Order: sequence, then C-alpha cells, then structure tokens
Amino acid sequence: MTLFTGSSDTQHIRGIDIILLLCVFIIFYGVFYLSQGMTVPFSMTNEPKIDLDPIMLPYYGGRSILRIFIAFIVSLLFSIVYGYIAAKSASARKILIPLLDILQSIPVLGFLSATIIMFINLFPHSLAGVEIASIFAIFTSMAWNMTFSFYQSILSEPRDLTEATKVLHLNSWQRFLHLDLPVSIIGLIWNSMMSFGGAWFFLAASEAISVMGQDIQLPGVGSYLAVATAEGNMTAMLYAIVTMLIMILLIDQLFWRPLVVWSQKFKVELSESEIQPTSWVYDILHASWLMNNIVNKVLQPPFRLVSFIISQLAAVTDRIHDELQARHQKQTALYLIKIIICLCFLYLLYSPAHSTLLNIRDVKVGDIGDAFILGTYTLLRVLAALLIGALWTIPVGVAIGLRPKLSEKLQPVIQIIASFPANMIFPFVTILFLKYNFNFEIGSVFLMILGTQWYILFNVIAGAMSIPNDLLEAASVFHITGWQKWRYLILPSIFPHLLTGLITASGGAWNASIVSEIVVWKNHPLVAKGLGAYVSQATAEGNWPQIIIGVMIMCIFVVAVNRFLWRRLYELAESRFHVE
Amino acid sequence: MNELLTLTGIGRNFKVKGAEKTAILKDVNISVKEGEFVAILGPSGAGKSTLLRIIAGLISPSAGTVSYLGHPITGVNPGVAMVFQSFALFPWLTILDNVMLGLEGKNMTKQEKEERSMKILDVVGLDGFESAFPKELSGGMRQRVGIGRALVSEPDILLMDEAFSALDVLTAENLRRDLLSLWLEKKIPTKSIILVTHGIEEAVYMADRAIILSTRPATVRENLPIPLPRWRDRKSTEFLSYVDQIYAFMTNPDTAAPADKIKKQVSVPAAEPLGSEPTLLPNVTAGALTGFLEMLADLGGKTDLYKLADRFVMDIEDFFPLVEMSNLLRFSTVSEGDIFLTPAGEAFAKASVLDRKNLFRQHLLDNVPFVRAMVQRLETDSDQKMDIDYFEDQLASSMGDSKAAQQMDLIIGWMRYAELIEYDNVSEQVYFEEP
Repeated sequence: MTLFTGSSDTQHIRGIDIILLLCVFIIFYGVFYLSQGMTVPFSMTNEPKIDLDPIMLPYYGGRSILRIFIAFIVSLLFSIVYGYIAAKSASARKILIPLLDILQSIPVLGFLSATIIMFINLFPHSLAGVEIASIFAIFTSMAWNMTFSFYQSILSEPRDLTEATKVLHLNSWQRFLHLDLPVSIIGLIWNSMMSFGGAWFFLAASEAISVMGQDIQLPGVGSYLAVATAEGNMTAMLYAIVTMLIMILLIDQLFWRPLVVWSQKFKVELSESEIQPTSWVYDILHASWLMNNIVNKVLQPPFRLVSFIISQLAAVTDRIHDELQARHQKQTALYLIKIIICLCFLYLLYSPAHSTLLNIRDVKVGDIGDAFILGTYTLLRVLAALLIGALWTIPVGVAIGLRPKLSEKLQPVIQIIASFPANMIFPFVTILFLKYNFNFEIGSVFLMILGTQWYILFNVIAGAMSIPNDLLEAASVFHITGWQKWRYLILPSIFPHLLTGLITASGGAWNASIVSEIVVWKNHPLVAKGLGAYVSQATAEGNWPQIIIGVMIMCIFVVAVNRFLWRRLYELAESRFHVE
Repeated sequence: MNELLTLTGIGRNFKVKGAEKTAILKDVNISVKEGEFVAILGPSGAGKSTLLRIIAGLISPSAGTVSYLGHPITGVNPGVAMVFQSFALFPWLTILDNVMLGLEGKNMTKQEKEERSMKILDVVGLDGFESAFPKELSGGMRQRVGIGRALVSEPDILLMDEAFSALDVLTAENLRRDLLSLWLEKKIPTKSIILVTHGIEEAVYMADRAIILSTRPATVRENLPIPLPRWRDRKSTEFLSYVDQIYAFMTNPDTAAPADKIKKQVSVPAAEPLGSEPTLLPNVTAGALTGFLEMLADLGGKTDLYKLADRFVMDIEDFFPLVEMSNLLRFSTVSEGDIFLTPAGEAFAKASVLDRKNLFRQHLLDNVPFVRAMVQRLETDSDQKMDIDYFEDQLASSMGDSKAAQQMDLIIGWMRYAELIEYDNVSEQVYFEEP
C-alpha cells in the first residue's frame, strides 16, 4: 500500500523537517531507553521502588505508554490473524467465534494474579515476567473488539470487489493487501481507539498489584498513584492525574487524529462526505519532504521485498489448496488436519484444567453458594450503576445529540474524558467517602458509574444524532412536545443505541467491580460485600480455590445476564424500534 | 472460426434455507466463437448474472462443464476479464493503480505494468486522470476505468455484467458507442465479448447474437442472430422488429417463436401463467398495478410493449412484473409483443375506488389459487385466526425461506388491499375483518 500519495517532486526540505527528524530520533531513543528498564533483575525481595519526585513522572509515563503500545501491537497482530482465520475458514469459524464471545465476557482483572505468577515463573530473575503479565492484562482488554471488527469487515466486504480480486487472478496475499486490509482499516482504528480507553484502566490496575501477599509495583503512572495514595500524598496524586491527562491528549493528537484522517481514503463508499476530520499533525507529516522520503526510500523497499516473498509463498499455497480442492482427497486431508488441531488443543488445555480441578477439589458446596450470594450483590450494584448512569446520560446525551454544532464541539472533549481511567479517580472519591462516613455498600456503585457511564453517554448521543430530521420536524409541526415527544419519538429512536451502550457498560461494570468494591486510603480499607471484593481479596492472599470459584461464578453471571437480559432486549430493539 | 468458449449442460442449484434445492439454471448449452459479440438477456431473477459468474469461474456449476479453448476449467477462468455493474473499483487506489491491479497476477516488472496501464488508459479515454481517485470521477468515467482494468490484461473474452445499467441514459450511450468502436475497429485484442443485460435495445444495438433465457430454472429459450449491419439505426424498422420480437419472447414464456416469424403478426393466446408448480408471483403492489392499467386505458387499451416501457421510462426489471401481474389477474393479455386490455381490465381502469377493490378481490380469488386456498383454510379454522407461519411454510417447502417470506408479504399486501383479510404485524396472525 502506498502511505502518502502526495506529489513528492514538488516538495523540498523545510525547517519543519529538522524538527521532525529530531522527533524521530527522540522516539527511537525513548523506546530504547525505556525498554531497557523492562528487563532489569527482579525478585520478590528486590522490588523496584517508586519515587514520588515529580521529575520521575515523564519516565514513568513513558514506561506506561511503552507498555500500552506493545500491548496494542500484539492485539493488532492477534486480531488480524485470528479474525482472518475466522473469516476465511468456515469450519474454524464455528469454534473461533463462540470462543471469542466467551473470552470477551470474562472479567480479566480476576485472572491478573494467575497470569502474573505464570509469567514470573517463565522469567524467574527478571522484571520481564511482571512486565509481560501487565502487558498481557492490557492485551486482554484491547484485543477482542478489534478482532470482532476485523472479522466483520472481511465478512462484509462488497461482493463485487471480492469477485474483482478473483477475476483479476490475485493470490491470497495480494487479496489481503489490496482488499481485506483496506476495508477493515477504518473499523480497526475506531475500535483501537475504544480499546485504548479501556486499556488505560487496566494499565492503572495492573501496574501495582498485590499477589501472594506481595506488593509488586512496576514503574509507571499507575504505580506512582498507588504509592501516593498509600502514603496519603495528595500533591503527588494530583501530579499523577495531570500526567495521565497529558498522555491521553498527546496520544490523541499525535497518534489517533492523524491515523483517522489518513484512514478516510479507505472508505468504501464512492461519495464524498460533507464533514472531513482534520489533523494538524497529519498535515505536517503529509507535506513533509523528510517523511515522504522515509516512507518511499526507507520503508517501502523492504516492505516490497517482504511482500514479494510472501506473495510467492501465497501463490504456492494457493496452488496446493486448489489442487487439493480439485482432487477429492481434500476431505480426508482436511479431516486429518482438523483432528490434529483438536488434539493439540486438548493437550494444551490438559495441564491448566488438571490443576484447576486439583484446586477446587476441596471446595465445599456452601462456599459456592456464598459466592453466588455475593454475585447477586454485585449484580444489583451493576444494575444500579447502569440505571443511575442512564438517568443522567439520557437527558444530557439527547440534549447534546440534537444540537449538531454542540455535539461536534463536545465529542472530542467527551472522548478524552471517557478514556481517562476512572480508577485513578477512586482515591479522591474514597477520601470523600471516609470524610463523610458514606456507606460504602452504596458508595462502590458510584465508583462503578465513574468508569461505565461514558459508554452510555456516547451511544445516547449517537442515537439522538441519528433521529431522522423529518421526524423531528413532524413532531414540531404537530405540536408534539414535552413528555409526548420523549415517549413517541426520542425514547423509541434512541432505544437500540441506548441498549448497545448499556451492554458495553455492563461488561465494563463487572470488570470494574474487582477494583471498585475494595479501595484503600492510607490504612483505611473500604470493602463492599460482593464478588469483586471476594476475588480481589482472594488474589491478595493467593487463595487459588477462591480465585477460581470467584472468577467462574462471575463468568456465569455475565453470560447469564447477556443471554437472558441483553440478547432479548436486543431482539426487541431490532424488530420494534428500528428506524430505517 | 475457433470455438473460444463452450458451455455444455450447465446447471446450478442453490441450497436455499428451508427448501430442498432450487434450480437456477438447467441444461444451458452455449458456445461462443472468436469474433462474436454475444448478449445474454432474460427476465429479472432468471440467473443471467449467475451464468456469467459460472463462465468466469467465480461460481462452480452443479452440473456440466465450461471449456475455454477446448479445455474444461477449474477455478477462475484464465481467459476472461470482467466489467461490473457497480464498477467494483478499489476506492483507496488511484486510477492507475486500479488498472495496474489487472496485471498484478502477471509476471512483469513494475515499469512494464505501468507502461501498459498508461496505454490502456489512453485507449479508454482517461488520459490525464491516472493519479485521480475513483470518487473524483463521474459514473461514466468510473466505468471506463473498469473497462480499462479488464482490458489491460488482454483477455480473450471480455465479460460485461450489466455494465451500462448504473449509468444515466446519455453517458451509457456514449460509453456503448466508444466500446463498440474499439471492438469493431479492432483496437483491442479481445476475441469475444459477452454482455449480460436486461436492456433489449442495448442488446440489439450492440450484439451479433442474443441469447434469451427463460425463468426458473433458466435455460436457453432462444438463440437469435442479429445480422444487422453496423452502425445500427435505432429507429429503423428492422431494428424495431428485433426489439419487438425479443419482447415477445420474454413476455410469453411458453410460445416458442422461430426466428423467421419476424414480419408475421399472428395472434397467439397468452399462456396460463400459473401452472401446477408454484410459480413466483410478480412483486407488484396493487397501487402500481392500478397506475399501469389506467395508463394502458389512456393509450386505448392496446399498444406495443416496448412503446409502453418507453413511456413509463422503466427498466424491464420493473416493467415485466407489472405486465405479468396484469396478465395473471386477467386484466390484460399479451401476444407477439403487443399488450391488450381485457374488458375486466377496462372496467377496472375506469371504476371508482370501492368498485376497484371488489374487482381486484374477485380476480385475485379466481386467478391466484394460493389466495383462494388461504381464504378457505381460514374459514374452516375454529377461531378464524391463524399464524402466518402456517402459510409461509407451505410456500417455503418449494421456494425456500427468504423467497417465501417475500412472497408472503406480497400476498398479504394484496389481500389487505382487497379487504379479504386483516393482518396483525406483531402477533403475525391473519384473520377476517370484523363485518
């Protein structure tokens, strides 16, 4: 693919190119310097200490950003490979898609301790194990929706373009490069942006964690805040928040905006849309002599070479595939391959399944019953959080969505606020709760709302914006106002969007319960009765049977709520409230 | 002349959800020689596009073989290139890159590819547009890119799938002429062109031979050579008689008229449209039918079909179902490319709104057995209220779920207009209207 299609011959070196050159070097050096810190020696007794001096914050911020970007690249590769296989092979799809559905409803924070111990064992005397565990946690918060998006994009490729690639005799690699990848880029970028919002949350939660009675603190903004909170250092806490905001803003301006602008050329529709996104960074890069040369002279040649080699390989495999297809041994060969893959899976699953069974062998039925009751408390909290979230976001979202000018201005602002990890605000809210002696059983609901309300707000705004203008005009012509207007026009129109928001928020709330049902300020812990606190405490103690039971029951709750509540409401929304 | 392409005994079944198998194509035999321009015509849904995709090797046939230069093909046909109705351009590639994609599979250096693509851009009249993106071009220009991309690999056979029907009248005409002059003056090495179209005039204007398909399952109904000299005059009597003849073939599914009948005007009675096998009912609303019959009455109750289609400014894809519906209800009859209003049709066109409903109801009950059966079944039901699924399943057993749902909607629409039944969309039940 060509990255920029500007006419490079009219461009020449300008002052901006020197600044850009500096930026390129700074990025390279930064990545090199920061990544060195990832593999320093580490043991349970020799932990990295967090320094609360604000001069350290750029370094910590850099480490956090590096972690999130590594997780992002891994997620991206995972989504493309997984999504591609699921989209292209009908038999693989039957396993991969339900599996993905389950994976995305698992509350991953509950597994954090398990994964950390696993990775520490893989890299015994290095911080790399903990680093990889943290990156893995971030990965699990990013990958699923990106994978779904990529898979859906390939499946919904315009049929004529697919046929064109075939009639033009493109091999599978050329088809991937010219069709599969381009059609999915816009969706992939939007979902990556969403994933980043969630990832900050996991980053903050996974940098400082207690495992087996040990406090592990990876150098990063999340740990900085955790230490500041533990010491009761309000100024340092504020520094951490400001750093976080700056990082989110910078990544939005320097990374996402230019990507969004660039991705516009991959729109499948051939008509020009009225509003085009803009980005000053993109404009600078696009006009830069240096960038064009880096792209054309440094990046393109190796890319061409690699692409050529893969293309030759793809041509060979395609031919083998066609040969198999033409002969009738295809069936037996396919069966053999499938059986081998299944056996590999079973073999891989054997040892974790075995140790899980060993762990929960001694669990009494009563324990499971207790966990179920705790799960019910958490369920009530999740529902309360959704209800309260919906109560304020519906009127506000509709008010914004019905004013196109306002929503155009507010959208980016809300986007920034929404991607701010809510768990970084928790300590401040905790202080308020302690000061006014607020009942934390109810208070933890508000912590949940902090993180999940944005999903609802976004979708309500989108829903209000999509109300057809002629319906709004009809309402004013017929003097339908006040409650009548809400009942007959606004609520039915936003219902499907609201539902999407609620479903996403519900998933987020379950995950958030693990960090929001138990909070600590200095030495005062606030604990709310619930499954989230149960899992958190079990994790801190290293109580494996309880961790497994807690997470399993949470999965059951999440899947049950999905099946019995959300899916039914969704069907209703599809059939009744669908505005064409 | 060499035989370029041979189709023998081509059949294609689709597994539709709910039904056993639906045959789209059955025993299609076609051969195309070097130097021929062939048009494939057929009513909407006849399987023209499926046939073209089988020729291209995009779909494999359920029966029969496609041979290119005497060798049966497996997979994509190596000798073809295709032009799509929707252009199928890659929006993220420039015009030049889009055309170069036609050479991507070829073993050439990048420079050679570029030179050849620039040359073909020149041939199709897009000189100077090479660095533009498809969205910057008009529809006609986009299709020129589509044609250029197909021609750049110098295929033996050029397949065109409704290539002109997404364009406005003038642009389409301009492009047709340009393509024809490339072809007639041998400016391109293409050995044969196969054009799928629903435009009868387009076929007569461009092709050396018209292959007319029948409906479901489609088979070759007629193989009509068009030996008119080029360039053809659309107003000439010979031209119009070919157009008239093809109209006759397409509206009268069971009359096999031999090719020498062009000048004769023998009236043949219209065939019974509903046979013992459940046929697809034409997708026409009662309102459209009313408008059609009124217009026909205004024209004196008898006219040439192609003139009527012209007057409506309608595609035959939309026009033929109207004719079919009107014939089905015996409001009109068709013979030899002419349409006549029956007395009932005459009465319908002139009646008041209420009388129209009565006439429509009577004709619907008399001529659509399924409607009659539905009413009878509903009368025998204990509470005279039935799930629509019951009827839909009967349809689905012969035509598959998705077609059955569409047909059921259509039938319910007619029956509601005729005030035969009421329908509750939420409970999906039909019942009799309260008297």
